[in-house]
Amino acid sequence: MKNKEPLILAVVVFFTLVTYYLVEPFAHSQMHEHFESKGFAYSDLPEITKKGDVTRGKELVMGAAACTGCHSITSQGLEAPMDAVTAVSAYGVNAPDLSDVGAVFDERFLNTHIRNPAHALKVEHKFTPESGKIHPMPAFYGAGGDIDQEVADIIAYLRSIAPKPDKLTPKMAFETACGRCHAMHYEKWTQIGTKPAFKRKQDELEFDTNVLDYQDSLKKYMGKLPPDLSIYIRSRGEHYIKTFMEDPQQYLEGTSMPRVGLNAEAAEKVIEYLKDSGDAKRHERDSIGWNVMIYIIFFAIFALLWKKQVWRDLH
Amino acid sequence: MAHFTKATSIKDWLNQRLAIEKVEKVMASEYWIPKNINFLWAMGMVLVITFALLLVSGIFLLMYYQPNIDLAFDSVNYTIMREVDFGWLWRHVHGVAASVVFLIIYIHMFTAIYYGSYKKGREMIWISGMLLFVAFSAEAFSGYMLPWGQMSYWAGMVITNLFSGGSLHADGLVEWIRGDYVPAQAFLNRFFMLHVLLVPLAIIGLIGLHFGALRIPHVNNQDGEEIDFDEESKKYLAGDKAGSKVIRFANDFMSKDMLVVAIYLVFFFYLVFFHYDFAMDPVNFDPADGLKTPEHIYPEWYFLWSYEILRPFSTDIGLIAFAFAQVIFMALPFLDRSPNTIPASRRGLFKYWFWAMLIDMIALTAMGKVPPVEPFGTIGLYAALIFIGLWVVLPFITKLEKKA
Amino acid sequence: MENKSRRGFMGMAFGAVAGVGAVASLFAMKKSWDPLPSVKAAGFTTLDMSAYNDNELITEKWRGKPIFVLKQDVSMVETAKKSIQELERLIKIGDSYYMVAIGLCTHLGCIPGYRESTKDFLCACHGGMYDATASVTKAPPPRGLDIPPFKIKGSTLVLGEEGPEYKKMKKTGVTL
Repeated sequence: MKNKEPLILAVVVFFTLVTYYLVEPFAHSQMHEHFESKGFAYSDLPEITKKGDVTRGKELVMGAAACTGCHSITSQGLEAPMDAVTAVSAYGVNAPDLSDVGAVFDERFLNTHIRNPAHALKVEHKFTPESGKIHPMPAFYGAGGDIDQEVADIIAYLRSIAPKPDKLTPKMAFETACGRCHAMHYEKWTQIGTKPAFKRKQDELEFDTNVLDYQDSLKKYMGKLPPDLSIYIRSRGEHYIKTFMEDPQQYLEGTSMPRVGLNAEAAEKVIEYLKDSGDAKRHERDSIGWNVMIYIIFFAIFALLWKKQVWRDLH
Repeated sequence: MAHFTKATSIKDWLNQRLAIEKVEKVMASEYWIPKNINFLWAMGMVLVITFALLLVSGIFLLMYYQPNIDLAFDSVNYTIMREVDFGWLWRHVHGVAASVVFLIIYIHMFTAIYYGSYKKGREMIWISGMLLFVAFSAEAFSGYMLPWGQMSYWAGMVITNLFSGGSLHADGLVEWIRGDYVPAQAFLNRFFMLHVLLVPLAIIGLIGLHFGALRIPHVNNQDGEEIDFDEESKKYLAGDKAGSKVIRFANDFMSKDMLVVAIYLVFFFYLVFFHYDFAMDPVNFDPADGLKTPEHIYPEWYFLWSYEILRPFSTDIGLIAFAFAQVIFMALPFLDRSPNTIPASRRGLFKYWFWAMLIDMIALTAMGKVPPVEPFGTIGLYAALIFIGLWVVLPFITKLEKKA
Repeated sequence: MENKSRRGFMGMAFGAVAGVGAVASLFAMKKSWDPLPSVKAAGFTTLDMSAYNDNELITEKWRGKPIFVLKQDVSMVETAKKSIQELERLIKIGDSYYMVAIGLCTHLGCIPGYRESTKDFLCACHGGMYDATASVTKAPPPRGLDIPPFKIKGSTLVLGEEGPEYKKMKKTGVTL
């Protein structure tokens, strides 16, 4: 009798694959909207037309533009005028440290952000005239000269003090881009910084109280507490997070999560950091995976040889 | 008292006390299996191996898992996945095996249906097998609660709600099962107990029954041939191995089993290392939150067909249809009125019944996961009606069947 | 013969005694699965309705869910009285009207925020809006906020018990 096993195997594999296709790729395509990445181009925002001057930019940042009235620049030795908990209770958000922003955020995005923060962040729905609210970061209306030139100068200065791309670690990118709203307790990160190991319980409780106070203010400002991102890489996946950071509104219309405005390299670093936290053993998994696959194929070859020997007499 | 002599070897010593040679014969070398079988007959061994993988990986997960609603999620996702050496491996093996075991169970089930291996003396094999299916379902569901993610919580909420019986409003029963008004600490602890003790005990007992039920009627074969096992085994032992219609369980059949297992393991470990996400729903990587419902709630793929039978109807009819779907497979040996124990391909209308049932269950599975919008709602409704209809016509079409 | 039947009888009697023991232990096992007294006690929440202020949203907790309580001020009551559906959603205790509802958006279960200035609810997740009686004013939510089972006892409200006012709401479809 003819051997029917290949046909039977084909039937089993066919129905298994059909079922898999229907419950995984097909079902997910029906459940979730899919958006392609726009390559962090921010083409809805105008380009920078002027060439910036670092020295003039520095003068603006420290002087006329009054950035340092709220922002710290720790890499330049400038501390924030108030601590994070006080700042967030006063403004709803804590103004970011400007040391790394030139390396983390896209130039086009910064160009608009400085003049019209709510527009660049795509949160204008929160700051409508009817609401009577304005974005906590005051718009820069110029220091008397050509505003395009002045903004270009500011950006040039911020880029000049920012770390070079190879010096920007995944952790730094995450902290500047996400860390003021999102905690990440698998990495001990809180919205007010990394939680140290305390010797005295009182100090620890004080730190925790500060975090809770900060979170309360943040909750009021955002409508809800932004989620902890410890294993978001597993719950949302790389593609979703990337495209979500590019434009949260396309997924959740009306959400108070702002557009992050990262440049493409910084976005990769943020993803890298999320993987370090939520998928820490991925490299080990891959290398062990290949070894196990090689072993198991050997195992199958030996099983085949044994079967052939045993069955030689049976046919 | 039996007579004992001074042992000549360790084997002899054991033999006098435990009759190991006899046991070996009964269990392996003179446990006769038909020769005309194909690789589908190895699914039993594949299931044994998968169960062993689940047991071993489960033991290692158990050592760091914390059945506490505040700690469970991080004990899995932080302690086991990040801190414990190879913790991620045990978890991925456990998660993937829990999903794949159902694929093999379904293949095993449909093999039995196709070849009529539930008939004429083999009813208890089928019934014990279906009881194993129920026990595995309970094991899968209780295990799904343990990481205490969003899907754990909401699946627990939705499934326990089924016990309110629709219009019966048996809320007391639901609260009794949960030990609370909502899934909470009492719920997690009791499902932990079920998952690591009571249900595995039942599974192990049922596996014993399933194997025992196989002894007297013997394994079926792919041609529906009635084999005289005494006659054929004599032929084999006399040296006519090629002419005999039976083979030893070990090593003859075992060597083929192991080949199939090896090929299966290639597929299995590929999934564990490179494609584990299908078995670990992303939504369950969000911690349980009773104040926020996930956008879509669906069970794991192996429960989708019965979930879909529930869904297209109004609450009460849906529950009745759901209950019907849970028990009807158990009655298969009695609903099939045909006297023939032969492959479906040679069984008249039953041939069409078999493929219609398989395709309908795949359709139900697919519709069970997609959101209940058109045209999926209608397809799901028809698939559910066809499922019930197929079972209603089964006794009639098999009655018509002529004796082969 | 007599001896045999006597043995059979004693066997059955022994079986019966064993059966009684088994059933009795089942009873204990059933009871062990019951919700604990502490869990049950937490299942009923009594609210003192005289303690609320006009147009001030207070979030209480009942069986793990947030419960919104909003005492309606004069203008809110007037607005509600223009529509019978709106008024039916409110609970009248004495001369005051209260909106009491489960504070979970009926769309996807987020917790809407209350805005005192505009006297409405806005859900931050997908922009759903509700008025002061928690009826939907802007999609996507399919219906107004659900009302928990309640019973009026003098000036207090017991959540978890079904009083006649709640049963009427359920019957008329004001809440699910």
